[in-house]
Amino acid sequence: MSDYNFAYLDEQTKRMIRRAILKALAIPGYQVPFASREMPMPYGWGTGGVQLTAACLTPDDCLKVIDQGADDTTNAVSIRKFFQRTAGVAVTQATREATLIQTRHRIPETPLTEDQVLVYQVPIPEPLRFLEPRETETRKMHELEEYGLMHVKLYEDIARHGQIATSYAYPVKVEGRYVMDPSPIPKFDNPKLSDCPAIQLFGAGREQRIYALPPYTQVVSLDFDDYPFEASKPDHDCDLCGASDSYLDEVITDDRGGRMFVCSDTDFCAGRVRAGHAGRLAGRNKGAAA
Amino acid sequence: MSAPILSVRGLERRYGARIGCTGIGFDLWPGEVLGIVGESGSGKSTLLSCLAGHQRPEAGRVTYDGRDVLAMAETERRRLARTEWAYVHQHARDGLRMGVSAGANVGERLMATGARHYGRLRAQAIDWLDRVEIDQTRIDDRPTAFSGGMQQRLQIARNLVTGPRLVFMDEPTGGLDVSVQARLLDLLRGLVRDMGLSVIIVTHDLAVVRLLADRLMVMKSGRVVEQGLTDQVLDDPQHAYTQLLVSSVLQV
Ligand SMILES: Nc1ncnc2c1ncn2[C@@H]1O[C@H](COP(=O)(O)OP(=O)(O)O)[C@@H](O)[C@H]1O
Ligand SMILES: [Mg+2]
Ligand SMILES: [Zn+2]
Repeated sequence: MSDYNFAYLDEQTKRMIRRAILKALAIPGYQVPFASREMPMPYGWGTGGVQLTAACLTPDDCLKVIDQGADDTTNAVSIRKFFQRTAGVAVTQATREATLIQTRHRIPETPLTEDQVLVYQVPIPEPLRFLEPRETETRKMHELEEYGLMHVKLYEDIARHGQIATSYAYPVKVEGRYVMDPSPIPKFDNPKLSDCPAIQLFGAGREQRIYALPPYTQVVSLDFDDYPFEASKPDHDCDLCGASDSYLDEVITDDRGGRMFVCSDTDFCAGRVRAGHAGRLAGRNKGAAA
Repeated sequence: MSAPILSVRGLERRYGARIGCTGIGFDLWPGEVLGIVGESGSGKSTLLSCLAGHQRPEAGRVTYDGRDVLAMAETERRRLARTEWAYVHQHARDGLRMGVSAGANVGERLMATGARHYGRLRAQAIDWLDRVEIDQTRIDDRPTAFSGGMQQRLQIARNLVTGPRLVFMDEPTGGLDVSVQARLLDLLRGLVRDMGLSVIIVTHDLAVVRLLADRLMVMKSGRVVEQGLTDQVLDDPQHAYTQLLVSSVLQV
């Protein structure tokens, strides 16, 4: 630990990142370029999020790291251990206890508070990239609010699939101004982006971009008048805790086609089970089932 | 009499020491089709892209509907470009989105100007495919699956769907088979008349301007050497270069 500065990055780098964060918070949804540093992990592991976390952590923080809603995946465990080692901060799996949550692909089910920061790992920050690969052009489109292309993408979805089939990284408009990629969270989570008491920070390491949503920012999912946005999820209750309003993973339980639906947010699910809620297959657990 | 829709004075565009075009001045009147002819390299495309704001001229003034185009904020110019103006590229793939369906290509300008009803976008796309003689069953196909002539007709539909007033066309029939060209010209002529479009069309093909243009400008080495009513210029060319062009010596 003594080989590293607190939270691995040197103070100058952290200051640079904090300046980018402040700018991002001042212009909600706007992608701020930053000089992404090499981190001791591959890009696919969320180096953008890790740098944001490093720049935000203080010794008093309590860190939670989730990957697809779970605290126990290799990715989540590695990042958590990394900050335990380099920053010596407390860690937790409980959403309520955490002051900083780094996430990949989910927003916790437990409502966030004003005392929390949610850091997203972002692979591709540019929502217009799909149809316009030229960076100079997409920058111009943001500057001039030329967002017709986003609806071209949704149009294609409906033409192809009979509905808006985009189910992850569903594009949003922030405070009526910037169109933003919310990172590959399921569209079920999109409504939680809006009017959220916590600070939400988005970091793309390879692409060197930071963007942010300050507390209580208005975030609207794009759609058509005759094909309105729907925060859909599998039409089931959680088989472990019985929750009907949480995002579910489908888990194959045996090789005879058995399967169960369980909360993707493991902390949320375990909390409900502890509180006495029970689903169809209560008593089993996700780990043993898999 | 009404005012010109486009007015150009003293326009010059250089590429370093080389002249792209220079000393260009003309008025385009509402509903008029102006042809710009000249051999390859004479500055036709340079002039057109300066007029449409794709390139910035070193000198001169361009006035559209009383507004100074070169002094305009970029936001405003780009807004014009997707509402009141249209630009048909020589190569359809430069003017189309090859990665999305024909329907999305037609709908893009509508969505860019705020259309948010899928059903109505669809109906408008079908109507426009019909108008450019593309079978409506092709609405969900990508332009990559279309022939050159169909791609060009799709590009035209995509441009005209917002009912523009001023259309720039750069060699719209270039690179197409002769029979395909004829059909496209016919179609263009009908649309121009029906919609009352003001058009500036660049071509090196005199047959195209004879069919479409009310008035002609002949360019050579970046300068206009002769201009006038199409029939007059073609039937009684005054400038030696125009005479050469008309006698088809320079025609490719
Ligand atoms: N991007 C460019 N850079 C340098 N020179 C150019 C460029 N575009 C055109 N030119 C030159 O400007 C002149 C006019 O070209 P262009 O406008 O393309 O003619 P046309 O369309 O009549 O064939 C030519 O000499 C050409 O080589
Ligand atoms: Mg040319
Ligand atoms: Zn559950």
